[in-house]
Amino acid sequence: MWNWFHKLGAPRSFFEISGRLLPWTGVIAVLLLVTGAVWGLAFAPPDYQQGNSARIMYVHVPASILAQSSYLMMAGAAVVFMVWRMKLADIAIQCAAPIGASITFLALVTGAIWGKPTWGTWWVWDARLTSTLVQLFLFIGVIALRSAMENRESAGRAVSVLVLVGVVNIPVIKYSVDWWFTLHQSSSFSMTEKPAMPFSMWMPLLIMVLGYYAFFFTVWMMRIRSEILVRESRTRWVQEWVAGR
Amino acid sequence: MKFGKMKPHRRNRLMIAGLVVVSAAVAVTLAFQALDENINLFYSPAQIVNGEAPQDALIRAGGMVVAGSVRRSETDLKVQFDVSDMKEAAVTIEYEGILPDLFREGQGIVARGRLNDDGILIAEEVLAKHDENYMPPEVAKTLADAHEEATGGQPGS
Repeated sequence: MWNWFHKLGAPRSFFEISGRLLPWTGVIAVLLLVTGAVWGLAFAPPDYQQGNSARIMYVHVPASILAQSSYLMMAGAAVVFMVWRMKLADIAIQCAAPIGASITFLALVTGAIWGKPTWGTWWVWDARLTSTLVQLFLFIGVIALRSAMENRESAGRAVSVLVLVGVVNIPVIKYSVDWWFTLHQSSSFSMTEKPAMPFSMWMPLLIMVLGYYAFFFTVWMMRIRSEILVRESRTRWVQEWVAGR
Repeated sequence: MKFGKMKPHRRNRLMIAGLVVVSAAVAVTLAFQALDENINLFYSPAQIVNGEAPQDALIRAGGMVVAGSVRRSETDLKVQFDVSDMKEAAVTIEYEGILPDLFREGQGIVARGRLNDDGILIAEEVLAKHDENYMPPEVAKTLADAHEEATGGQPGS
């Protein structure tokens, strides 16, 4: 197990393993997203209160879940980089931030579009919405801090500290709807409790959540692979791999 | 891999990482303690009845619309309704304008406005809250019918 950790941590073996995984995660992502979207948007029943506008949850809920998970994964990489100084962990942080920022942005935009017809407003400064906006700024901050620093080693250290500080925001987002009075309703979908909706609604939602995760891992691996090629461009294995294309 | 077997410099860095997270958490907790009530989007009816909400200032009030309390004016768009915390406290809200689609009796709402001298909230904006339960219309209808049968035909009770 420990050997495996070190092996995967070497850029070259990660490149080889991910190269074999990539087609699979890509196909799985497309299948899940197409199935979930068609099922959720066309065949799942409308909501008794909101009618068809509740269907945006098949886009919004997975985006919000993934926005938080992707930050947690980035924070895991930050711990690995801080303690073991593993190059791959630094690359993983750098590559996760733009994807996380886009997904968080998607969650905010779809939330606003959903909020207008149901709540009656695009935006309200309640704890859930505000803490999610803070998370978007954290992702952007991670991207900005890295590009602001010349030295890659010290940029990596500074970024991992920022990522770890920002982890405090995750429980705030998750429990904001329970800790304070908010306009946002509490969560209807979690790993531990029975979903607050029938099978015909939670099944397509679950498929979408898994599809978003598969999409994230696919794009994350693709970005990590190209960053590995850039950073290791002077090594022989990269030059041989490029020559062999 | 045991913690004690870790190389000292790595153990130190792991401890620093832990310290960063813990101190950030403490700072945020203290900030939230200091902000206290200000993070809440709205005052509950009980807080308003007890005079905890400021007079002559824009505030938000939230609660459930009491069944049967909606009174519409016949000449203009004025509407009055009571919101309660489902216990005993209730506040009357007056609003002039078009209510959101999801506004209905028994539904949660958040209204922004000022309290007048009679303790009525003159609202400038009414937002509808919805809960985390979703179901198809047929299921909702079946549930409502079953409930009506069980309670002897008293809808909304």
